[in-house]
Amino acid sequence: MTDRTTYVQIRHAQKAFGTLEVLKDISLNVERGQIVAIIGPSGSGKSTLLRAINDLDPLTSGEIWLDGVQVNKSLPFRQYEKHINEMRQQIGMVFQHFNLFPHMTARGNVTMAPKMLKGLSDKEADALAEEQLDKVGMLERIDYYPSQLSGGQKQRVAIARALAMKPKLMLFDEATSALDPELVDEVNQVMKKLAEEHMTMIIVTHEMDFAAAVCDRVLFMDQGVVVEEGPPSVVFKNPEKERTRAFLRKHLETAS
Amino acid sequence: MGLDFSVIPGYIDIVLLGCLWTIAITVAAALLSFFGGIFFAVIALYAPAIIRLPFRLFEWVFMGTPLLLQLFLIYFGLVQIGVDLPAFVAGVIGLGLHFAVYNSELIQTAILSVDKGQMEAARTVGLSRGQALRKVVVPQAVRAVIPPIGNNMIALLKDSALVSVIGVSELTLSAQRAIGATYRPFEFYILAAAFYYVINLCMEWVQRRIERRIALSR
Repeated sequence: MTDRTTYVQIRHAQKAFGTLEVLKDISLNVERGQIVAIIGPSGSGKSTLLRAINDLDPLTSGEIWLDGVQVNKSLPFRQYEKHINEMRQQIGMVFQHFNLFPHMTARGNVTMAPKMLKGLSDKEADALAEEQLDKVGMLERIDYYPSQLSGGQKQRVAIARALAMKPKLMLFDEATSALDPELVDEVNQVMKKLAEEHMTMIIVTHEMDFAAAVCDRVLFMDQGVVVEEGPPSVVFKNPEKERTRAFLRKHLETAS
Repeated sequence: MGLDFSVIPGYIDIVLLGCLWTIAITVAAALLSFFGGIFFAVIALYAPAIIRLPFRLFEWVFMGTPLLLQLFLIYFGLVQIGVDLPAFVAGVIGLGLHFAVYNSELIQTAILSVDKGQMEAARTVGLSRGQALRKVVVPQAVRAVIPPIGNNMIALLKDSALVSVIGVSELTLSAQRAIGATYRPFEFYILAAAFYYVINLCMEWVQRRIERRIALSR
């Protein structure tokens, strides 16, 4: 199971808040270029798992590996801070509520971290901002502030901000859940484009159609465990487990 | 004896000079109180207890005692332990620190009310906590409290009259000197009041410009 070439590995992840276990021994391997969707009811632990990957919500026990390096290795505090900041530069994250920096333009949002952490010059940073914002179709709004953008535009800038660090892995935490329905598609298009470029992605989502169309693998989580896992054609069309079927049925009802 | 403003021109130079001193002391103290306020806010929220607790005492002294007394302490008190500050410097430090403590209270609250997703987003691109505070959290907090800080700065202008007691020839003291020579208190106090009012208007104008400039970036 622990094939060393596997790009992203989660090994026996456990997480408890006091006596409440939110993640119960979860293991997951993601190959380079793979796209994995995590679905499940709210409170199933899917966001917690995603946020454990870049250590926003540290695990109680278990290991996270990315490209041969352990993300959450145990180090003295100062060394760990340095290590985790380096690891996080390699892991892009996109949030449900965008979390763009409101006091910076789209350009500023994209260039801030590369300038600070990679020492890019203003000129290099500008070229990078143009490249990344062009990729998400936001080049025309490069000097707009987040307050001047729609939700879908904000989320595309947020994706560009994450991509600007040239991450090895992208995490999407319900990236379209806070958007008005008519704005969902523009963000999905960007994610599809990343998929075509073989970006490795782990996506927590409520959008089954999108997951089915884009992902290589789907995990259904409930109550802190992976109930079922497989290609979307199986998990969505022909789930083995009753819990998966019940969830999908319920989800279809509320969606329609 | 009625009002006679014809005495003013003979002493206008003294009063104008006082006006310049008032502007100088206000601008210097305002800058100190602004950046000091940010610095104190970060200390109050994030410094280890060994720094934070003595700082609390300092904060309490500056909030809990009269500014006049603080100015006396800094100017006359410190001399006794060998710190002999020029009156202007003592005035700037006294006013600046006094209002820095008030600004710090505002900024602390603002820092705590910045959405925690901002810190998370900054951390996920690889910034350290300190970098995230400096580039992301604190700038947003400061933008949020520009209006009340502006009010503090107007109060600072008015309280700058207090530094006359340690002998800085600012506007109020200059007016008093002119009065001493002419025995015309009403005319010169009105003149001084008019100058304060004009400076006040200028400060409000600057504040409005700053607010307009940051309106989009909030």
